[in-house]
Amino acid sequence: MAALDAAQGMPVEGRSLWVDAWRRLLRNRAAVVAAFVLATMTVAVIIGPWLIPFDYDFTDWGHIAIPPDLASGHLFGTDSLGRDLLVRTLHGGRISLLVGLVATLVSLVIGIAYGAIAGYAGGRVDHVMMRIVDILYAMPFMFFVILLMVLFGRNIVLIFVAIGAINWLDMARIVRGQTLSLKHKEFIEAAEALGTSTFAIIRRHIVPNLLGVVVVYVTLTIPQVILVESFLSFLGLGVQEPMTSWGALVNDGAQEMESSPWLLIFPAVFLAATLFCFNFIGDGLRDALDPKDR
Amino acid sequence: MLKYALKRFIGAWPTLLIMIAIAFFMIRVAPGGPFDSERKLPPEIEARMLEAYHLDEPLYQQFGRYLAGLLKGDFGPSFQYKEYSVSELVMAGFPVSLRLGGLAMLLALVVGVGAGTVAALRQNTRTDYTVMAVSMTGISIPNFVMAPLLILLFAVYLGWLPAGGLGGGSPANLVLPVIALALPQIAYISRLTRGSMIEVLHSNYIRTARAKGLPERVVILRHAIKPALLPVVSYLGPATAAIITGSVVIEQIFGVPGLGRYFVQGALNRDYTLVLGVVVFYGVLIIVFNFLVDMIYALLDPRVKY
Repeated sequence: MAALDAAQGMPVEGRSLWVDAWRRLLRNRAAVVAAFVLATMTVAVIIGPWLIPFDYDFTDWGHIAIPPDLASGHLFGTDSLGRDLLVRTLHGGRISLLVGLVATLVSLVIGIAYGAIAGYAGGRVDHVMMRIVDILYAMPFMFFVILLMVLFGRNIVLIFVAIGAINWLDMARIVRGQTLSLKHKEFIEAAEALGTSTFAIIRRHIVPNLLGVVVVYVTLTIPQVILVESFLSFLGLGVQEPMTSWGALVNDGAQEMESSPWLLIFPAVFLAATLFCFNFIGDGLRDALDPKDR
Repeated sequence: MLKYALKRFIGAWPTLLIMIAIAFFMIRVAPGGPFDSERKLPPEIEARMLEAYHLDEPLYQQFGRYLAGLLKGDFGPSFQYKEYSVSELVMAGFPVSLRLGGLAMLLALVVGVGAGTVAALRQNTRTDYTVMAVSMTGISIPNFVMAPLLILLFAVYLGWLPAGGLGGGSPANLVLPVIALALPQIAYISRLTRGSMIEVLHSNYIRTARAKGLPERVVILRHAIKPALLPVVSYLGPATAAIITGSVVIEQIFGVPGLGRYFVQGALNRDYTLVLGVVVFYGVLIIVFNFLVDMIYALLDPRVKY
């Protein structure tokens, strides 16, 4: 009896979803390693260019299109304009990581909010909101970018936002589909019966249960936006020479695949390694956030 | 259900109209015109050209003319391919893109769902990591790199398959472009399947099914797969519409005369009617496929009601 009293007297510390998820994430070895690699990569692209004795637009006339070479200091070799590939790869990483994060964040926020509201509200609201998504799907993307460029000038941040503003459509449809199925589950009905406000139900009960699918889709969105950026650069609408991005470097490297393979291999390895890291972090997060799996 | 379908059918028309209107005005507001070129045309000739294509009329009048044409099934003439109408160009390109894209989507669906399910059943084991890493190559290596690599390997070095072209529609010519188109889709589908399958496998009703001694095959195929496919189906609607309207990159590398190039070429050349034509075509597909997706939701998950 005394023990029971003592037990009741003890404050039970509730663990929030996030604390719980964080602990479980740390137990996932693949995710932790991936996060470490990604952090190293981020630090490298931020401070790396200062440590290398070449500028990203500097032409080394004595070493044009040479393969990786220790003696001249061009560790990754140079391109056909004699520019050091290592420093260009690191510089490109800044742009690509930034576009990946900014555009994905934009699409994530809009997509979840829009999809969850449409799915939960249902009926006419859902109908109208989803027809708007249909309309946006069919919007000619290139003209949208050209128009933004005319209105706001050539601005890299703007391009990131534009890419995000297009990419939320898939996210919204996936979130809405899951919400349609979730909202008839018992715990949602229980929350409704308790008089929980609609907003609180969406925020506290619907969204946490969507996060698994959302996280997986985010790991697919990051590579997608990085490649969309390279497509825009290729068309002359993205970053401009001599600035570069991983997508642009891989694209240029692919043109000279047979004569100078290192121009493709190094940026492609950086790009692929980053995407693999995001992939494993995503899977770890998915497991950590799964409300059914504790 | 039937009532919902009818409502969607009625709702599709205003959606399509707004789609066309936004695309029409957006394309016109963008700077540049179809007859801009390095060498400036003499003003009289330019005026005559504009007149011939009714580009000198006020915008709203042109829009009305375009809509009236659409009602008769006329998408107008192409500005760039002067001998052809837009309908002819779309109808020539679409069967090619549809065949390539349809096969690629089918392949991606089979491989992706299979790989995702296998990975989910062996969650966080070496099998899981291997299957997912392989499927990730489809989006880690961009298709403009993957396609030349496939050609280099299977056409140039091994000589098993033709490098490009349609070869009069022989199946061997389809293999490489279909694989190149399917690889990124496999990555999407397998990852979405894996994630939601893991979630479903933790449900109470799956535990019940296992507890009553059902063989694993029945648990997966009869009980788990349907709800697990929900996010895949969401993704599949727009993705299918996109893939069967072609991909510029794949078409260029394999020398396939599909629809995809018109989206980019038309936009770069300011070929107003061509861009608008493919946008309208794509828009109709989006509406149709998203409708089908919503119907399939209700089939996969009886909780979903509209």
